[in-house]
Amino acid sequence: MSLKNIEELNAMHLDVLRELGNIGSGNAATSLSSFMNKEININVPDVKILGFNEVAEYVGGPEHIVMGLLIMLDADINGMILYILDEEFVKNVVEVFFGKEFTVFQDLDEMELSAFSEIGNIMASSYVNALSSMTGMTINISSPAITVDMAGAILSVPSAKFAEIGDKVLFIDDSFGVGINAEKVQSSMILVPEMDSLNKLFERLGVM
Amino acid sequence: MSTINIGISDLNIAKPPNILATYALGSCIGICLLDRTRSIGGLAHIMLPSSKEATKASDNPRRYADTGIAELIELMRRNGAITSALTAKIAGGAQMFKTSLETFNIGSRNITAVKKVLASYRIPILAEDTGLNYGRTLFFDVATGTMQIKSVVKGTENF
Repeated sequence: MSLKNIEELNAMHLDVLRELGNIGSGNAATSLSSFMNKEININVPDVKILGFNEVAEYVGGPEHIVMGLLIMLDADINGMILYILDEEFVKNVVEVFFGKEFTVFQDLDEMELSAFSEIGNIMASSYVNALSSMTGMTINISSPAITVDMAGAILSVPSAKFAEIGDKVLFIDDSFGVGINAEKVQSSMILVPEMDSLNKLFERLGVM
Repeated sequence: MSTINIGISDLNIAKPPNILATYALGSCIGICLLDRTRSIGGLAHIMLPSSKEATKASDNPRRYADTGIAELIELMRRNGAITSALTAKIAGGAQMFKTSLETFNIGSRNITAVKKVLASYRIPILAEDTGLNYGRTLFFDVATGTMQIKSVVKGTENF
């Protein structure tokens, strides 16, 4: 049986994706930790299927200002990863990594933006490496494109690109703590695979 | 007075003193139509340029510039508006991410498509706030015809 859209995913599919999310997030925490030279804690990620409108609500509402990091996937899996980082996450990284006070979310300088671009790269690589090592599939990732703007406007990019697949996406919510005893900060990852790619993935893993 | 919120790939009409609103337009476009004489306004929030790109028969016609604008005009006509009296203001069509990938040019393709569709109905565009690289929230005051745009970059502007 092959899936026609993301809404057709069943509990077993979701479990597989959740487990991939777990491994990917664990890898991401380890790599981020060495990149930032800080201890990073991570909770078990929450994996859900959500509509784009629900995603916007989930990350604080369509007008809520967030950072978006967009990464394209190709080769055996085609699709897109979008990271949505909230202001607390960004503030935490700027303060811990650059050791300076975070002021205005919209006014990050080039150096800070390139650090976040690298963080997006690390998080996406970690996830994609987990996928590759479990499935033997080759997956290439693009370098991240970055913006800070309204969540709804950022989400219009994947929703327009993948409109024909449906308006549901795979939503993986991670909760990170940077440093010991740190407060948790949220990072949300949206994975929009093309359906052919997702079917190939489940086939490789023997999930039907 | 009430504010009528239009979601993505949706549309509606209103009479004064009501406000039509749509939040966080990125590459999507908000199309405000007004028959000032008959005091009927309409707003559509389209996501893609053409229904010819639709792969599913059951697809939502309000998602596309061509079928979305056609449906909005028809709804306004059924409520007393006259097509030849309509004027338009449009906003959105941003390129949210700087990337060289052609597939992300959806914002500018939307702008071109919306203008072409409006031209086919001979509806003049009185104002536009389109393109560039940031999100916009749109409020359309049907009484005055003012299109108010809020963005992170520019704050609030009236068109």
